[in-house]
Amino acid sequence: MSAAKHYPNALTENSSVSTEVNELVDIPSVSRRIFLATVSATSLVLMGKTMVGGGAALANAGLADPEQFAPDFFVSIAPDGTVTCLAHRSEMGTGIRTSLPRVVADELEADWARVKIQQAIGDKRLGDQNTDGSNSIRFFFKRMRIAGATARTMLERAAAAKWGVPASECYAENHQIKHKTNGKSIGFGELVEAARKLDAPKESELQLKPRAKWRFIGKDVPITDLNDIVTGKAIFGIDARMDNQLFAVIARPPVVGGKVKTLDASEAKKMVGVVDVVELPAFQGAPLFQQLGGVAVLANSTWAAWKGRDALKITWDDGENATYDSEAFAKQLKATAQKPGQVLRSVGNATEVISKSKNIVSADYSVPHLAHAPMETTCAVADVKTDAAGKVTSCHVLAATQNPQAVQQAVGPALGMPQDDVLVNVTLLGSGFGRKSKPDYCVEAALLSRKMGRPVHVTWTREDDLNHDYYHAISAVHCEAAMNESGLPSAWLQRAVYPTIGSTFVAGASTPAPWEAEMGLTDLPYDVPNLTLEVGEAKAHVRIGWLRSVCHIQQNFAACSFADELAHHAKRDPFEFLLELLGKDRKLDMVAAKLANRDAPMDEYPYDIARLKNVLRRAAEKADWKRAKTMPKGRGLGIACSRSFLGYTGHVIEVEVTKDGKLSIPKVWVSIDAGIIVSPDRVRAQIEGASIMATSQALFGKLSFKNGRAVESNFDSYVVAKMKDGPREINVDIVPSEAPPAGVGETGVASFAPALCNAIFAATGKRIRDLPLSGHDLSWA
Amino acid sequence: MPTIKVNGKSYELKDVPLDTPLLWFLRDHLGMTGTKYGCGVSECGACTVHLNGVAVQSCVTTLEEVGESEVTTIEGLSNDGSHPVQKAWKELNVPQCGYCQVGQIMMAAAMLKSNGNPTDEQIETEMWNICRCGTYPRIRDAVKAAAKEMSR
Repeated sequence: MSAAKHYPNALTENSSVSTEVNELVDIPSVSRRIFLATVSATSLVLMGKTMVGGGAALANAGLADPEQFAPDFFVSIAPDGTVTCLAHRSEMGTGIRTSLPRVVADELEADWARVKIQQAIGDKRLGDQNTDGSNSIRFFFKRMRIAGATARTMLERAAAAKWGVPASECYAENHQIKHKTNGKSIGFGELVEAARKLDAPKESELQLKPRAKWRFIGKDVPITDLNDIVTGKAIFGIDARMDNQLFAVIARPPVVGGKVKTLDASEAKKMVGVVDVVELPAFQGAPLFQQLGGVAVLANSTWAAWKGRDALKITWDDGENATYDSEAFAKQLKATAQKPGQVLRSVGNATEVISKSKNIVSADYSVPHLAHAPMETTCAVADVKTDAAGKVTSCHVLAATQNPQAVQQAVGPALGMPQDDVLVNVTLLGSGFGRKSKPDYCVEAALLSRKMGRPVHVTWTREDDLNHDYYHAISAVHCEAAMNESGLPSAWLQRAVYPTIGSTFVAGASTPAPWEAEMGLTDLPYDVPNLTLEVGEAKAHVRIGWLRSVCHIQQNFAACSFADELAHHAKRDPFEFLLELLGKDRKLDMVAAKLANRDAPMDEYPYDIARLKNVLRRAAEKADWKRAKTMPKGRGLGIACSRSFLGYTGHVIEVEVTKDGKLSIPKVWVSIDAGIIVSPDRVRAQIEGASIMATSQALFGKLSFKNGRAVESNFDSYVVAKMKDGPREINVDIVPSEAPPAGVGETGVASFAPALCNAIFAATGKRIRDLPLSGHDLSWA
Repeated sequence: MPTIKVNGKSYELKDVPLDTPLLWFLRDHLGMTGTKYGCGVSECGACTVHLNGVAVQSCVTTLEEVGESEVTTIEGLSNDGSHPVQKAWKELNVPQCGYCQVGQIMMAAAMLKSNGNPTDEQIETEMWNICRCGTYPRIRDAVKAAAKEMSR
């Protein structure tokens, strides 16, 4: 999820820009040639537009090698025919580093065996690089097609000129341009020199391939890094190396906003391998992506730095969050959720209808703080150079980051240098889930490198990761409904209370923002005549951040659980009740509901109740839902559906709960409608993974605070699902669709936990309203 | 001077304290970064290597404890990805981000050496490595596929 547009001081929107010159850089240590270089164009216009004007000079744009044909930043062709695609989004497990180049290659009619992929540096001319918010395919599907079609069209024109025929008689097929009738053909590479001299076509001149001719879009291929991954050759942020680098491990203030009171580093400095001990200043104002501060130990290995840190003697001034106790805070949130809050969406008069009703159902739900806990902790290496006067002259960061432009925007001001001059290379990410779009760790590396005058690699230990995260908000959600005589709600009130992500960017922000509420609260799809959807105030005492699926985690948990509660209250089948609650096929009136729809055009991305009902029906059908009625106690099916990140999911989950309360999840069925799919197998993998992550959160997810300090500090206390805990079988059904691409990565999470808890209710009669499940006795008699 | 044997080669331990965990010696001193750090307390299995063919967690195994034993890392399992376990991983497109997969592969390879035909339950117990991307269903299938291949 991107906070970009809401916090201009933290991130800036990307826009079409003119550009002059960028340097050629080569980083042998990561063995990925840097793509954006030697740009000499006078007016490049990117983002959905073909580059115009500039002719041959433009043909070189974005390429280190002037011999290549490069009509677009995202694609170039060498004289030997090798096609190189620029991957500008970060690879953290979605397969995006393969999927977007596949779109380019398809439109270009390239032979996939002759396509190379290069990872881009952070550069706003490439458009949005914030690999977050399940946006990559949605944002860049068309852009990549245009890149491929531009190159193809120019190759066709070059061949036509060579043969003295109209370009309309030439077409591309599998790395060759062919003539329609005379049997001539010529390889892409042989056309490079001629194509380079042509003007790029306007977008209106391009003919995109019809769907029937797609060769790669919608077809599976192994991810480009597969062999490197299974042989251990893949380079992640923790593996990134620069010559002469030091290794740093940092003692950060245990309470957010705390500072070093006293420091005794004498023992640490005596440790074998320790080179120096450096104090880092605490951040100023709102946390943003600034460093937390503390004391860094720099050494010749990670372990020496770690041991050195253990030997530091520090006392802390904890600051104003010193008394934060998440258990007491959870009670406060629940109390706040009982009182009227700020109404964000209202239809009819729910409060009045409920107050007059004799048939009221109410329930309170809660979810604790959660940590991202990416398998690879946050790690970066930076090399900052200064002149004799100490002024920063250059900065190169090599990091596992979801957003290299955010690294530029955070590191630039921290070093007092123009952000565009910060060179950022991106490694593979050992997953991210939103944590690695917040580059505080890159700022740490940069500040330490400036101080030490040599490259510094910062490694976060797992304890650092869990103790200093940008946590998912702790929350309480209150629901009330008045039921009519036919057993449906005539009024629905839902009030959500949680510290806002906004507090990380604006000190003191304490009300959930509309875009947070729109994830499972104000976008409530149910057809209820009286509706009141509210948020309540909550102060943040830790850094709050977005975690895969974001506010859907708590808001859909409530909305989808409460629907199931109403079904049981009305003694109705939950699936049939839910279909009826969703109402007739229609498009939700997003203008009336004041929904922003993630800034996606409402005509292209309507909130289509028919599609939501469709995924629900498909999941129920595949799961053979009618079994639900005849299952013995201890076994049950649960159902839920949601639209999140513009994609639709329906979940049916089957559980078994033994008499003594042991839960297992034999089977899960998920139907997903995310529009046009580029890589079906990666979509299946994402939905499988979302199921496991949601299992972790529902079963175990809880990060608590006492005295302002995180209590859980490693996987022995912050428990996540292992193979034995997860669903034994996950059946993913991808709905065939012609609709524009929507989100996938986060979409699979939203309705999982409520479907699971609905299944537990069906199996045991126990309604779980407070996650995680590990805090509950599920035994039954 | 003490030495350590990794992937068939001996290395002298100069200026490396013997209480250093094998993980950090491999990564920072030998530059073998295939073995990954995940937790440092033997909870996640990302750092799994073989010691005389048996799976151990290198984050809690000191150089002193390694002693004369033969260490095998992913770099020594097979350099080209041709080990049956690696082949099964590729065949089933197991990895998502890939970070934990080296540890998973080393764990599976060691398990299949001692138990060529594991049951579902045995796989669930033995393969306790954490994967935050959630590749477990495919890991389970890949272990079975590798077992089948190895029993041929």
